[in-house]
Amino acid sequence: MSETIILSIRGLSKSFGGLKALVDVGFDVRQGEIYGIIGPNGSGKTTLINCITAFVKPDGGRVFFRDREITRWPAHRIAQAGITRTFQIMRPYHTLPAYKNLIIPLWSPRAKQHGGWRGGGKHGDRDTVAIDILEEIGFERDSRVPYKLAATLPTGYQKRLELARCMALRPEMIFCDEVFSGLSMSEIAGMVPLIEKLKMDGVTLVMVEHRLRELFRVADRVMALNFGEKIAEGAYTEVIEDKQVKEAYLGKEGV
Amino acid sequence: METTRRERIDRGLKVRTEGIYALSSFEEIIYLVGPRLVLIAGFLLLPLILGLAPYWKRVVNIMCVYAILALAFDFLANYVGLVCLGGALFVGVGGYLAAIFNVYLTLPFYLSIPLATVCGAALCTAIILPCLPLRGVYFAIVTLMYPILFSRIIEALNILGGTNGISGIDSFPGEYIEQYMIIVAMLAALFGMRRLVSQDVGLVLRGVKDNDQSIRASGINVTSIKSLAVFIAALMGCFGGAYIAHLYMWAGLSLFALDFSIIPIAAVVMGGGGTLIGAVIGSLILVPLSEFLRFFGTFRIVIYCIILVAFIVLKSEGLMVYLQRKYHQFERVVKV
Amino acid sequence: MEIVVYGVINSVVLALLSLGFALVYSISRLPNFAHGALYITAGYIVWLLLHAAGLPYGVSIGCGILATSLVGALIYRFIIMRIRGMEISEIIGTYAIGLAIIEGLRWGGLRGMTYTLPVFISGSIEMLGVTVDYQRLVIVGAGILFFVALFLFTRLSKIGLALRGIAQDERAAMMLGIDSDMTALISLAIGSGLAGFAAVLLLPLGNIVVEQGYNVLIFAVAVCVIGGLGSWGGTIIASFIIGFAQILTETFVSSHFVMVVALLAIIVTLLIRPSGIFGKQKQLEERV
Repeated sequence: MSETIILSIRGLSKSFGGLKALVDVGFDVRQGEIYGIIGPNGSGKTTLINCITAFVKPDGGRVFFRDREITRWPAHRIAQAGITRTFQIMRPYHTLPAYKNLIIPLWSPRAKQHGGWRGGGKHGDRDTVAIDILEEIGFERDSRVPYKLAATLPTGYQKRLELARCMALRPEMIFCDEVFSGLSMSEIAGMVPLIEKLKMDGVTLVMVEHRLRELFRVADRVMALNFGEKIAEGAYTEVIEDKQVKEAYLGKEGV
Repeated sequence: METTRRERIDRGLKVRTEGIYALSSFEEIIYLVGPRLVLIAGFLLLPLILGLAPYWKRVVNIMCVYAILALAFDFLANYVGLVCLGGALFVGVGGYLAAIFNVYLTLPFYLSIPLATVCGAALCTAIILPCLPLRGVYFAIVTLMYPILFSRIIEALNILGGTNGISGIDSFPGEYIEQYMIIVAMLAALFGMRRLVSQDVGLVLRGVKDNDQSIRASGINVTSIKSLAVFIAALMGCFGGAYIAHLYMWAGLSLFALDFSIIPIAAVVMGGGGTLIGAVIGSLILVPLSEFLRFFGTFRIVIYCIILVAFIVLKSEGLMVYLQRKYHQFERVVKV
Repeated sequence: MEIVVYGVINSVVLALLSLGFALVYSISRLPNFAHGALYITAGYIVWLLLHAAGLPYGVSIGCGILATSLVGALIYRFIIMRIRGMEISEIIGTYAIGLAIIEGLRWGGLRGMTYTLPVFISGSIEMLGVTVDYQRLVIVGAGILFFVALFLFTRLSKIGLALRGIAQDERAAMMLGIDSDMTALISLAIGSGLAGFAAVLLLPLGNIVVEQGYNVLIFAVAVCVIGGLGSWGGTIIASFIIGFAQILTETFVSSHFVMVVALLAIIVTLLIRPSGIFGKQKQLEERV
């Protein structure tokens, strides 16, 4: 994990009508680290991802990626620059088999630049790359799993498909929106090595998580949000012991 | 207590031929290729068969034009998720441009038709562009309005021939060219579109209908993709319009008529949305029907609409889906 | 001065035409492309009651509006309810129904110049130096009264509040026990009734012509898009904008372009501010 800062957020704010979802949130993410974001329900974690990746327009604040300001960029341009995200409510392309779901990111301009394959629209090439990517994330190549319709896959596979969709773009950063949620213990056990492998490949991960124990195993630093405000930041063990964080999760009486 | 239920199972022949290219028997090859060969051969032989009945030649020509329009509608609505309520826009623009190229610029038909197709498509895409970043209902509104807008402007300003239209367009040199041009175009459009939607770019286009957030997150500009889809559909529509202008040797306000908007929609709904071939089948049925209904005047539009609504409400999958099911699967009653 | 007076009249006319469409869309997210058809239907029913059945004018009007509401409700109950939720089918469905009604009326009855409805009060009056006929005054008066009544209804009555609740957040309203289908039915009935109300006020100004069906639909959609699909306040303001724009065009350019103004306004709005003036629809953002 290097000391270069790859992503900088300053003063991000967003309100939906009267509801303040984000209030003046700012943090830095270092290249190659796994940065966790925790907080109770409704603390604005998903809104934070949406604002950074331009699926929702923030009311105020600035976002810098490698010293370039990307605050006003449209979502597809941000993805093209190398920042990808998963979706908490997964909506794979229903009518397509799993590996075909990856054709779409592989078709994008970024994949053509960074893909490491010949490109040019020949049917065979993208299909092969798609199957390769699926194998990387744990879909057994020889089984029927990659060929099943995406909508019929179990949750663990769908989550991995979401990650694969990001990986197909050879991104620099992935925002993982609750990738561990809805998974059984064995499925999580399968996900963690994947996350670690991504880190080894040099991808910076920002993980919004609700399952703290799993996050503990992978995260380098963690930030806590409550009611849209940043209340703590630092190594996981420090943040977890922070009084405000405990109050946020357990309520004043529970501390 | 015994209850029964209906079960549908793929035919053995289908399973054997699914996804495998090593076909071992003649029977399997015919099963797969048969329907397509029948279709292609049937259409190609049609002009020869109809050499005996000139009236029906015209009907076949018109039918092929509507088939192309229906293919465009099916593609836009069921593959990309954009409901185009005004196919007449493409027809009118294509037709008038062909007239301009042919009559005012005296270009021969083999130049005026391609030029009208491409320029018309570019023009139509450009004017539809503003509503593409928005939700689907705006596309429906805008496409609904444009044909009406254009026909009113032409009428009001009395340009491009006004209510009389532009006459004196060249006809085709020879009946066989006239017929085969449109038949080949239709077959090309049909098989071309089928190929397109299973290509990689076709998957991206289909993704727009399913989940356009995901497409954005994959670094693709959704508006560009939608423009591409509209352009492709506009190419088909403008070609149809240019052809009709040369067929009737006249381009007038009737090119923006409701028929060109509604019949493709009815054909697709009847033939089976999302199958592409259903669009052709639907036109095959509706266009001759509309010839019979010509006697009723504008009432025929009412009939199309009633058929349309009936099919939508009864959630009928359309003829093609029904036929495909029968072809690929058989049903039996099983005791539970 | 003429421009101001005619502008106001035209604006109120547009607002009356558009409210039906705006209401149905904002409450049940249903773009009712049959709106124009319902307008013409109302006129035709009133004419039939008046001339063929010989009922007094007032009764004909009342029955006409109610009958149109009933038609709207029937359309919902037997056709639209079955295709709710499928956006593509809804659009095609309402469009086809509207088309069927308009063309059916064209074939079966409304042809030529012989269909008119009498004005309420004949004669004219001079106002602010401009000659205005009584019918138009009635229109403006009735229109304003009606908007006020609608405003109060939706804020004070139970049904009105239910309608607003559904308009704001359908799921929450359903959880509170408000039946979504019933509400959509009521909203389409009210929307159709509004179309009928507009029809009885406006048709006496000219003949009942089937083309009006298309015109009304286009104007209504234009006003709603510019005002913002889903905002009633926006609809009224947009009516004034387009209303005055049309009068200005008619005075300074030519009366042919009146329709073109409406359509160009749509395009301009989509280019500059897609959600309309007060649009509450987040057309680009979606909760992911």
